Amino acid sequence: MKPTAREQRFFAVAAAGFVAAAALPAFDDGYWLSMGITIAMYTVLATSWALFSGPTRYIALSTAAFFGIGMYTVGIGIATVPYPLLLLAAGLIGAALGGIVGLATLRVSGVYFVIFTLGLAELVRQLFTWVQTTMGTSSGLYVLVDTSERLVYWQLLALAATVYLAGWAIGRSRLGFALRIIGDDETVASHSGINTARAKVALFVVSCTFAAVTGAVLAPRWNYVEPTNAFSAMLSFQVVIMALLGGAHRLWGPLVGVVPFALIWDVISAQAPNQSTLLLGVAFLLIVYFIPHGVIGLIEKQFRRRRAGYG
Amino acid sequence: MADPAPRQVLEVRAASKNFGGLLAVDGLDLTLNDGEVLGLIGPNGSGKTTAINLISGALQLTGGTILLDGEDISAHTAHRRARLGIARTFQIVRVLHSLSVVENVMAGGVFGHTRLWGGELREAAVALLDRVGLRGSPAAPVDALTYIDQKRVELARALMSDPKVVLLDEWLAGLNPTELKTGIELVESLAAEGRNIIVVEHVMDAIRSLCRRCIVMNSGRKIAEGSTRDVLADPEVVRAYLGEDDA
Amino acid sequence: MDILILGILLGGSYALMALGLQLQYGVARIMNLANGEVLVAGSFGAFWFWTGLKLSPFLSIVPAALLAFAANWLVYRYVLRPLVRRAKSHGQLEVDSILATFGMSFILVGVMIAVFGGEYFSYSYLARPFEIFGQPYGLNRIVAFGGSAVLCIVLALWLTRSRTGLALRGVAVNPTAAGLVGIDVLKASALAFALGGAVTATGGALLSAFLTFDASLGVIFTMKALIIIIFGGVSDIRGAIVASFILGIVESAVARLIDPGLTLAAAYILFIAVLLWRPQGLFGRKSA
Ligand SMILES: Nc1ncnc2c1ncn2[C@@H]1O[C@H](COP(=O)(O)OP(=O)(O)OP(=O)(O)O)[C@@H](O)[C@H]1O
Ligand SMILES: [Mg+2]
Repeated sequence: MKPTAREQRFFAVAAAGFVAAAALPAFDDGYWLSMGITIAMYTVLATSWALFSGPTRYIALSTAAFFGIGMYTVGIGIATVPYPLLLLAAGLIGAALGGIVGLATLRVSGVYFVIFTLGLAELVRQLFTWVQTTMGTSSGLYVLVDTSERLVYWQLLALAATVYLAGWAIGRSRLGFALRIIGDDETVASHSGINTARAKVALFVVSCTFAAVTGAVLAPRWNYVEPTNAFSAMLSFQVVIMALLGGAHRLWGPLVGVVPFALIWDVISAQAPNQSTLLLGVAFLLIVYFIPHGVIGLIEKQFRRRRAGYG
Repeated sequence: MADPAPRQVLEVRAASKNFGGLLAVDGLDLTLNDGEVLGLIGPNGSGKTTAINLISGALQLTGGTILLDGEDISAHTAHRRARLGIARTFQIVRVLHSLSVVENVMAGGVFGHTRLWGGELREAAVALLDRVGLRGSPAAPVDALTYIDQKRVELARALMSDPKVVLLDEWLAGLNPTELKTGIELVESLAAEGRNIIVVEHVMDAIRSLCRRCIVMNSGRKIAEGSTRDVLADPEVVRAYLGEDDA
Repeated sequence: MDILILGILLGGSYALMALGLQLQYGVARIMNLANGEVLVAGSFGAFWFWTGLKLSPFLSIVPAALLAFAANWLVYRYVLRPLVRRAKSHGQLEVDSILATFGMSFILVGVMIAVFGGEYFSYSYLARPFEIFGQPYGLNRIVAFGGSAVLCIVLALWLTRSRTGLALRGVAVNPTAAGLVGIDVLKASALAFALGGAVTATGGALLSAFLTFDASLGVIFTMKALIIIIFGGVSDIRGAIVASFILGIVESAVARLIDPGLTLAAAYILFIAVLLWRPQGLFGRKSA
């Protein structure tokens, strides 16, 4: 199938948006560039999270685990392996681990999955800490690569473009159609011949791969990778919040949540670092009670109402 | 009664299902011959839906065997059975709420017994919508349809995969007399095409006009089997329908 | 031997929090991810009663349980009940309640940090050695174990013998049928949720007698409680208690033989094993 006229217009707008975003370092390479990195990072993470969790409604809390694994892949390999190869390796490791986790947990109920992913980052963190202490080295790793903020930023933008392309391609594929059916009614899906477990695992793998590569891209920016900062559970929660705030059922939804949340969060964590947990909790409740389908959902509802009013 | 050597499409042998102590289906034997519409009847709670669920793979057997065209499918998951050609509708309608009418039908034809995609898929779905008597806009949201029309969508979705066996669980329930008549005609036309169908119904008129052969269940057991007329006159069947009030 | 005794002592305290969560999930159908925070709040309560009022942790479980009961009842009635009513399907309720209780857990952590600060807390109560088979163990551990054992037995008896207890179990098995035979499902669910919170907070108060804790520790306990009830079966008291001891023993074995930093990892391995081999729980029957 060739892209429709509407899709072509959409592509043009999206491409223009990316070019504009890519020009950011030309204007500012201090605060706003670092904000740009934050936003681009969360865009990749939240959008790829929503690729899986949007249609299936399985709440995955494992972003931090895969992100951290990506970072460690770079941290461990950087002395011996060229950097681009490490990005590839991070993706492969993330995919393999995601596949194992998915196969073990996605056949059973959603609660098990949530619980499992909730602890995954902590599990991996404990394992890494243990390995590092028993090997008798220091508790962290230095990642010394010749890089710059701009380079990291552009890599993240390219990654974001890849996520969107992947999401678009999945959306028009049989797999995407299968996931929409699964999201509506899993029983109908399996009675229509869909191997629901396989479809879910496939998407989970895609989402984990992106999280791992994101971690790998960001590793050089941190210089020093250690278990406590690489596997921070907070990252998983923020990704979930942002995606849900924007709307996880549309490809562009998470972006709508990422931008305002990242900006506000930056202010909050500077002004009131002690209250940040409290505020995160309040944000969770606000979303569940007042905007269960995200900002995009609200907008769509308005549209529908207006159209219904005229029709 | 039956033709000299009917080919058996579906064969259920001594199937049972135990729900934590309750034997909802207890040693059920059932065969569906090629080109046949078989009636599966019985009072409320007698295990008809459970039997359908066992055949479609929605539930796994506690005991017994199920063969499709001679192949043992007892341990297959629902999606594998769908791919081999078993399709069904649900007693309580299950449509896909976020999909349009035509997409609901298309859902049946992508991953199942036949696998279409693209323009071919949509054309087939639109044709089937017409076939089941839905002439509204295919792109309309499925939630805008009446309950009856949603049942038609469900039937179209089941037929989309060109299945070997169609299981209809009270598909005619809730129709008014005119709708019932068109509904019966529709199922008859499917039978005339040579589709193999199991019909679960409480509407005896429908059973009489659709099925030459019937199986009656009560409390999970088969209590009668044979030509529809004989079976409905069987005293035990009459008793099961009239004299049971322990539900 | 040593490992076994330590494990059993630890498992006794886990049993309370697991039973609390089981009441909330099994009866009220709410997967309460703030369970661990309620436990930690119980610990803070005991700490405060001890340092402020010199009230022994074994007495402070009474006010702690009452407070937790009231707070959890209000939360169920006014925060979670609307979600139950709004849910069109079991799956939606599951997602909503997971997110909402997640939010609550963060709020609780935030409040505890605001009130007590982010440091580690512990106090010294009955910190005398006590010998079992010639090995010394902290007396506070043993007394805490005894306390939770008594409470577990009382709770189990109440659930299996009393009228209200039977009603709760009826709702756990089949809410619709329970409603049909005249059980007020809404009331039973609220009661179960509140009671679950109270039991969990009591567990926290007892644990605080020998454990160093801080405001952000809750999530670890939530995970342990979840693993226990998945392991033991979501509505099986016996299973949960056995699973608590197994987890306690596995954890102390790993802590002693390999590394104390790996206890959660050990719990996880257990979890994976359960998922792969017995997803229906320890004593659960296989169903489709
Ligand atoms: N998932 C289940 N778990 C436990 N019991 C079940 C389950 N499904 C059905 N049952 C029980 O099995 C028995 C048979 O139910 P079934 O739905 O098969 O009856 P039916 O013949 O289809 O009735 P109806 O004519 O009312 O549709 C009933 O007692 C029912 O309560
Ligand atoms: Mg039925």
